[in-house]
Amino acid sequence: MKYAGQAFPHESANGHVSGDALYTDDLLARFPNILHAWPVLAPHAHARVIRLDATPALTQSGVVTMLTSADVPGEGDTGPARHDEPLFPNEILFHSQPVAWVLAESLEDARLGAAAVVVEYEELTPILTIEDAIAAGSYLAAPQRVQRGDASQALAASPRRIQGEVRIGGQEHFYLETQCAIAWLDESGGVTLHSSTQHPAETQEIVARVLGRPRHDVTVECLRMGGAFGGKEVQANTWAAIAALGAMKTGRPVRVRLPRRLDMILTGKRHPFLGRFDAGFDDDGRILAVKGELYADAGWSLDLSLPILWRALFHLDNCYFLPAVDLTGYLAKTHKTSQTAFRGFGGPQGMVVIEDILDRIARTLELPADVVRERNFYREGQSTHYGQPVKDAGRIRTSWDRLKQTSAFDTRREEIGTFNTAHRHRKRGIAITPVKFGISFTATHFNQAGALVLVYRDGSVQVNHGGTEMGQGLHTKMRQVAADSLGVPIGAVRIMPTRTDKVPNTSATAASSGSDLNGAAVYDACAKIQSTLRPVAATLLGCSEDEVEFDNGQVFNRERSQSVDWARVVESAYFQRLPLFASGYYRTPEIHYEAATGQGSPFYYFVYGAAVAEVEVDGFTGDMQLLRVDILEDAGASISPLIDRGQIEGGFIQGVGWLALEELIWDAKGRLATNSASTYKLPSWSELPQVFNVDFLERAAEPGVIFGSKAVGEPPLMLAISVREAIRDAISAFGAGGIIEVDSPMTPERIFFAVERARPSPLAVGRRKAEAVQQ
Amino acid sequence: MDFVLNGRRIGLSLTNPQTTLLDWLRQEGLTGAKEGCAEGECGACTVLLVREHPQGSQYVPVNSCLLFLPMVAGQEIVTVEGLRQDGRLCEAQRAIADGGGSQCGYCTPGFVMSLFAEQYRPGRSTLCDPHSMGGNLCRCTGYRPLSDAALSLAPAPDDSFRARLSAPPPILHAVHHEHRGVRFDRPASLPECLDLLAAHPAARLVAGATDLAVDSNLKDHRWPHLVSVEALPELRTFRDTPEFVELGAGLTLSEIEARWTGAPSLVHDWFPLFASPLIRNRATLGGNLATASPIGDGAPMLLGLGADLKIAGPLGERRVPLADFFLAYRRTALMEGELIVSVVIPKPFPALARFFKVAKRRMDDISTVAACFAIDLDAADRVTAARIAFGGVAATPIRVKTAEQFLIGRKWDEHSVRETREIIGESLTPLSDHRGSAAYRLAVAETLLEKFRCEREEELQPV
Repeated sequence: MKYAGQAFPHESANGHVSGDALYTDDLLARFPNILHAWPVLAPHAHARVIRLDATPALTQSGVVTMLTSADVPGEGDTGPARHDEPLFPNEILFHSQPVAWVLAESLEDARLGAAAVVVEYEELTPILTIEDAIAAGSYLAAPQRVQRGDASQALAASPRRIQGEVRIGGQEHFYLETQCAIAWLDESGGVTLHSSTQHPAETQEIVARVLGRPRHDVTVECLRMGGAFGGKEVQANTWAAIAALGAMKTGRPVRVRLPRRLDMILTGKRHPFLGRFDAGFDDDGRILAVKGELYADAGWSLDLSLPILWRALFHLDNCYFLPAVDLTGYLAKTHKTSQTAFRGFGGPQGMVVIEDILDRIARTLELPADVVRERNFYREGQSTHYGQPVKDAGRIRTSWDRLKQTSAFDTRREEIGTFNTAHRHRKRGIAITPVKFGISFTATHFNQAGALVLVYRDGSVQVNHGGTEMGQGLHTKMRQVAADSLGVPIGAVRIMPTRTDKVPNTSATAASSGSDLNGAAVYDACAKIQSTLRPVAATLLGCSEDEVEFDNGQVFNRERSQSVDWARVVESAYFQRLPLFASGYYRTPEIHYEAATGQGSPFYYFVYGAAVAEVEVDGFTGDMQLLRVDILEDAGASISPLIDRGQIEGGFIQGVGWLALEELIWDAKGRLATNSASTYKLPSWSELPQVFNVDFLERAAEPGVIFGSKAVGEPPLMLAISVREAIRDAISAFGAGGIIEVDSPMTPERIFFAVERARPSPLAVGRRKAEAVQQ
Repeated sequence: MDFVLNGRRIGLSLTNPQTTLLDWLRQEGLTGAKEGCAEGECGACTVLLVREHPQGSQYVPVNSCLLFLPMVAGQEIVTVEGLRQDGRLCEAQRAIADGGGSQCGYCTPGFVMSLFAEQYRPGRSTLCDPHSMGGNLCRCTGYRPLSDAALSLAPAPDDSFRARLSAPPPILHAVHHEHRGVRFDRPASLPECLDLLAAHPAARLVAGATDLAVDSNLKDHRWPHLVSVEALPELRTFRDTPEFVELGAGLTLSEIEARWTGAPSLVHDWFPLFASPLIRNRATLGGNLATASPIGDGAPMLLGLGADLKIAGPLGERRVPLADFFLAYRRTALMEGELIVSVVIPKPFPALARFFKVAKRRMDDISTVAACFAIDLDAADRVTAARIAFGGVAATPIRVKTAEQFLIGRKWDEHSVRETREIIGESLTPLSDHRGSAAYRLAVAETLLEKFRCEREEELQPV
């Protein structure tokens, strides 16, 4: 292998820095006749639509038409799993839900047109919190349960027990490029779209469903996305459907682009969770049983909430052996945006619960939290609570020990103790937490991929595969894989934009699986082409077929005494009338899972990692600063170390944002109060730790995965739980001990009040009055 | 109107004066600048203006989503498409591309523009400051490779971009524009501006538009008549005398930072906490005060320093203490036809003074609470003068005069500070909103005074 394992910058890096790399909305100027769409937004979180009158809008300058359910030739529903997402609803199920869409010559005309549409509503009572949903019995699905042993009995027999709950906030994706689609009628009666989507095949499916056309009439292309993080896995479909419907109705190209505010109030987010637990443990801190309920605030429709809930249940163990388990998951149906996939897909929320429990156990027993964590690690041969053997469980301890050493964990903990003694009002905290994350879609059928590799007579190569590029570097890796698999220079390989007319029926680029699945499919196609070319080359080289070696644009015999250009072999094959293209296919072997019993081996392998975080908290304000982060990640034999490091660092900081910064606030009417970049704060430069070390686990090649690599997209996000635990450690240093309860995100306000609760006596002297104000 | 774009003169006839430069660029096919938020938070739309510098010119990165097209009349603009020379990427582009500084790439042109301006910053003698990109948000990388890219850059190469900086900047002339009854004026002298305001009392003044353009983009506000103060030389005064400092209301915060080298330390602390570099490159002190936001960061600091405002109007010039300027929520003492000319800060500066900002995010955020404390002490540590100013705890930026008076004559110690904190707690009436609860604002307003006291004790190092 020549290119795999080398540090390549992103395949489009030159395009990124020069502005040449195009995103869907950059194509706007290429459609001079295009119409712009703007939604008519319902001003209630829950209501019935009584009357809808477009007449005042249609007489406004520039307004062309309004799209309503009467315009839908097919099925007016974009729900990906359950068909529960009407495009033009009669009942409003979340605040600002679009009722209809106005098409106009300019965006301003469309917006003013939408404002002129008359809609009458009958207001209904909304359900806006998990508690309200529980009280009303408002759920999107039946409870999901996973069990091992008899948890109730094991709890009763445990020498010690703690009960508690933890609230975990959601997270807005805040991809820099908001949702966008452009649709037009093509030259042969079909509809073609540029869409910023992680799942072009599903966007095609939904558009075809709405238009009532066979899927072969719909072509979807995704050039690249300006970030997605799960937010465009299913939630790109609605905007594409509106654009396609508009193009069908008017015969003109239609652009649907959500500006930031609309994107934030209309699209789903990471699920907020409420976790309730009852844990039994012994005097050494070993967990004996965990019983718990996970409530996900899923919003108005099912979306992907069921597999997300399952992944939360599957990851509540994280790296710890839980002998007896009884977990039940609930999907609260609330009148809010439909929460959706977001990097980690429920796994992070499950892990926060167990890490919270472990810290409480440690503080109850007055043991160091890292010691309690270690005592509960999985060992080789043990299985998860859903019955999957924990392959490579020994890596948990190996990487843990190594990271503790390289980060000087023990020394620094002592130094922090000294610092904290010397400073009354600033305290530091440190924590180490591990990650184990299962790789594969839990919906087994998604674990397949296709590729189409085209070789032209001059030897240049086009690679098409089903994966989409959202910044994660998939195309970079696929280029490395194709160049190595064919034996050509990397410059000979061009990765094509993802299109449904090249590779059909593809899966979403999600679940960290893009490289594993598509890489294996690309490899398969390349291997087929090589086997076509092998006899041609053997003849040219005068050797036997099995002696032919392809290497970086040259084809050799085994002794390397003879060589011939790749392009010449290709040209010879053409004249011998041999096919110079091939499709590739891959499906993940071995995985299986029974939804009915909650048991099986849904994951092909686990990714491991660990992180140490050190923070400083200001007791006057609750201000928190991330001082240092050390990460050790198991990326297998990395195909692209520069890309993978980027995923680790970026995923980690995104996780810090989720746990310590980004706060979604819905007001009493169900409006999202944090609906802009100025009110919803993602990590900026101030969150970059002063010291940020990232290392890869060595000798970690994963057999059976493309070039021995491992998935890297999601797992690093959960390493940020170390920051959450370090903050709790710092808060605890203001007090004399005891359990530290803080909900996430740990904003300065939450930290401040947690410090106030931890202190022997609170600092704020106006506190009584402050409490009165709060009530 | 005309302007220079990537070295070429562009002439165009304006239509809607609230079209942003960003939208215009993208319509013209220059799609390197992206819209990420349309409110100057993310920096994906960053372009460069060529502006004045003591040695000639400098490149000033700004958010093109907050520039209305008529504001760029006469300006010289560089976009990411203009950075390539003879087909070669510039050094900032090369450093970001090669080091893994781009992932999805959507925000990248904005980072490139900010870093390019930093590399070519006149008089820069240290490494490029990564925080020069502090107005650019990235959701993918976590910033480390972008920081490394900044630290890897050499001095700016001897090229045509550098050569441009030794020539003077473009001069902004008057602009008068009307389209279907909607007007935009940019007068070039104060008398002309006052005449315009007298003739058109409904006209809305605009300076850097970092607030007004957000209202346009996000809240769809439209104004029938805008009058820009950007070309008024009378608003660009800077004087540092033994008795006072005078800061022209039309100077941007970045210009003030560059000129006011003798500023007290709290002002140096304050600059980097005020929004982001891209905003400071456009936002003016006059605009920050006239907009009268209860959570603006300018007012608490200037209240703490006892500043006055020079106000010009149809009847001439008058002086108003800043403490009397804010009348109610978003209402000021400015009368019809008036505008702020400058801010005057008396000397000597307070002996002890600190500015604190509490926000959800440490940098580039809007205050939950902002506070400025300024006191003078006699030899026995008794308070001889005190100013306690806050933002974010009332409908306007305020001074808590009861607490100030209580302190006068008392010893500056834990006991009297504790009693003062109780008075602060009794005096404030903050609201709960998405930035923080009333309880938090109230608590922090008083604990910050204790922080101020403790820091003096050197129990804490200055943050």
